[in-house]
Amino acid sequence: MPYRRKTVRHLFIREKHPAPLPRRESEKVDRKTIIKTDKLSKSFSVSGKQYHIIKNLDLEIYEGDFTVIMGSSGAGKSTLLYALSGMDKPSLGHIEYAGKEITEMNDDQLAVFRRKHCGFVFQQVHLVDSMSIMDNAISTGMLIGQKQKDLKKKAAALFERVGISEEMTDKFPAQVSGGEAQRAAMVRAVINDPDVVFADEPTGALNSAGVEAVLNVLTDINNEGQSIVMVTHDIKSARRANRILYLEDGGIKGECNPGKYVSGDKKRHEMIRGFLEEMGW
Amino acid sequence: MQTLKMALKSIGSNKLRAFLTMLGIIIGVMALVILVSLVNGATGSVTDTISSLGKNMITVSISDNKGAPVQISDLSEWMQDPSLGGVAAYTKESFTGKKDGNAETVDVYGVTSYYEQIQGMSMLLGRFLRSTDIDNHTYVCVINEKLATELIGYTDCLGQEITLGGIRYTVVGVVEDNDTSLTKSYNNDSLSAYIPYTSLVRMSDSATLEITSFYVDAAEDKTTKDAEERITQILLDRFEDDEDAFTVKSQDTLENTMNDVSSALTILLGGIAAISLIVGGIGIMNIMLVTVTERTREIGIRKAIGANRHVILQQFLLEAVVLCMMGCGIGIGLSWAVLQVIGIVVSSLSITFTLNGTVVLIAVGFCFLIGIVFGLYPANKAAKMKPIDALHYGG
Ligand SMILES: Nc1ncnc2c1ncn2[C@@H]1O[C@H](COP(=O)(O)OP(=O)(O)OP(=O)(O)O)[C@@H](O)[C@H]1O
Ligand SMILES: [Mg+2]
Repeated sequence: MPYRRKTVRHLFIREKHPAPLPRRESEKVDRKTIIKTDKLSKSFSVSGKQYHIIKNLDLEIYEGDFTVIMGSSGAGKSTLLYALSGMDKPSLGHIEYAGKEITEMNDDQLAVFRRKHCGFVFQQVHLVDSMSIMDNAISTGMLIGQKQKDLKKKAAALFERVGISEEMTDKFPAQVSGGEAQRAAMVRAVINDPDVVFADEPTGALNSAGVEAVLNVLTDINNEGQSIVMVTHDIKSARRANRILYLEDGGIKGECNPGKYVSGDKKRHEMIRGFLEEMGW
Repeated sequence: MQTLKMALKSIGSNKLRAFLTMLGIIIGVMALVILVSLVNGATGSVTDTISSLGKNMITVSISDNKGAPVQISDLSEWMQDPSLGGVAAYTKESFTGKKDGNAETVDVYGVTSYYEQIQGMSMLLGRFLRSTDIDNHTYVCVINEKLATELIGYTDCLGQEITLGGIRYTVVGVVEDNDTSLTKSYNNDSLSAYIPYTSLVRMSDSATLEITSFYVDAAEDKTTKDAEERITQILLDRFEDDEDAFTVKSQDTLENTMNDVSSALTILLGGIAAISLIVGGIGIMNIMLVTVTERTREIGIRKAIGANRHVILQQFLLEAVVLCMMGCGIGIGLSWAVLQVIGIVVSSLSITFTLNGTVVLIAVGFCFLIGIVFGLYPANKAAKMKPIDALHYGG
């Protein structure tokens, strides 16, 4: 096997961005790696032309982290998220999940991997139109063979936490607002208590109260030990992270480790703002 | 269970389309069930009529007796066999029959007493030959109506004497010439006389007591096939397992022909119906392909959240099978109704048209198969989709 484990790097040194090295660390990084990529590349060919979206990316996501990925539109954040969660195969390179290579898995093994370990909130929400909000929310649980009754109970509690009333859950995706659909997708993502929740702009369609509710759920489950990888354009959402990665030109341009989220911590906010400014956000 | 619910829901979401898709299957099933039931009903009543006319007869001819010729005593022994109804030896020769200066060429049958029963003869007058006649090779004869009228001049001729091949025979019975007997092999047009087998042997240059041909029929509670198997076994034992030493033929050709025609017709009509079912299946496949395309995004979502090939395959396969089975159910129901109506219309014919259980089972099985076969390709197409490609399908 050509793949060889490398020594852990906390800093991302890219030939593209030789200096200055942005470094924001407020706590000693000594955590367990849950996802690790090795020279990950993803390219698309559109009418014969190759577009390299992710280029030779070496990245580690740590267990229990609330990792936020930021970057300009089209930087490849969604593409990276799909690759990390085994939803799409990388063009080149390797991905390890908890020490296990997932790049070599076949489609069925990947499907099982996803349903066992991952939860998703898609950028485009993606609810199944022919199923009610409730059925959508519990569909991931049904896949791993849980009892419908238990799932519905659990979903009802989650719906309440994100501010969706009970009668709403009998509606179909076409009958609810974008924000409601997004919150239903959020419930679907976390109902199985997945090890990692991948959330691609889960707050895009929400007002501030909705944003708070969704972020609170994510923060809560993160505090219970689940790892979060979230893509966002919103600095308020980004504050929830204890690690912020900035994606640009197919690589990580820089990262910031502001430590655990503390509500109203001005210094911490400033640190994040400073980092993003430096990144050119 | 959940998958079944989903399939039903998906079918129910577009009822008109589902119905139109099923129409091919419905028509196919109706064609199959109604046609086969009609053929079976019709032939059933005809064969009932035929078998009420007389029992099935098996003809045995022996070509090589291997030094163990069949004799009258063997026949008596076989008469006792529980599978066999009876055995009758026969041989036929032509002699000149004379009476008071009249002369006719007569087909003279040397037979044993069971011949009457096995041929389903009915006596107009007197009696048929008895075992004692055969044992004592008496010179008595039974003649048919036609011979009685041609040779003697009238049918009421019991006790009259005629000469057959120069030997005097006393007429002890007259056989009715029955024009309506379809199944009987004795010929109504000829002039026939029946005499004891043993008596014919005495008159004949060629016939001997070594019986070379005889008739067998089945016991009351046995089928002709049973009897055929039994007599074949007996003869195999006797003739050193040589199948070529004799031939056993079920002679009730009309019933057999009827059955052959019926099965040929059933297969033909069944085949036509099967073709229309296959056409229906193609319709199912077509609509399933459309469904898969329409639901590409749903498939993408389900795969993305962790549904593997098997789950998706099962979902769409089940949908195709459910469509087929619903069509099949409706088709069977309608067939039943149509047969009911036909039954009322032709009630004067004393033919009963009932839903044939076997064909219903075949229809159900065939529809299931069609669902699987024609559902597999679309379902597999769905199952093979890559989640991301499917998610981004159509924007
Ligand atoms: N299937 C595809 N085929 C071709 N190009 C693609 C495909 N998917 C993504 N891309 C391209 O890759 C680039 C990155 O896309 P991606 O969706 O990852 O961006 P993003 O960072 O999530 O942007 P946004 O913030 O707007 O969601 C874009 O330029 C997009 O056009
Ligand atoms: Mg995106």
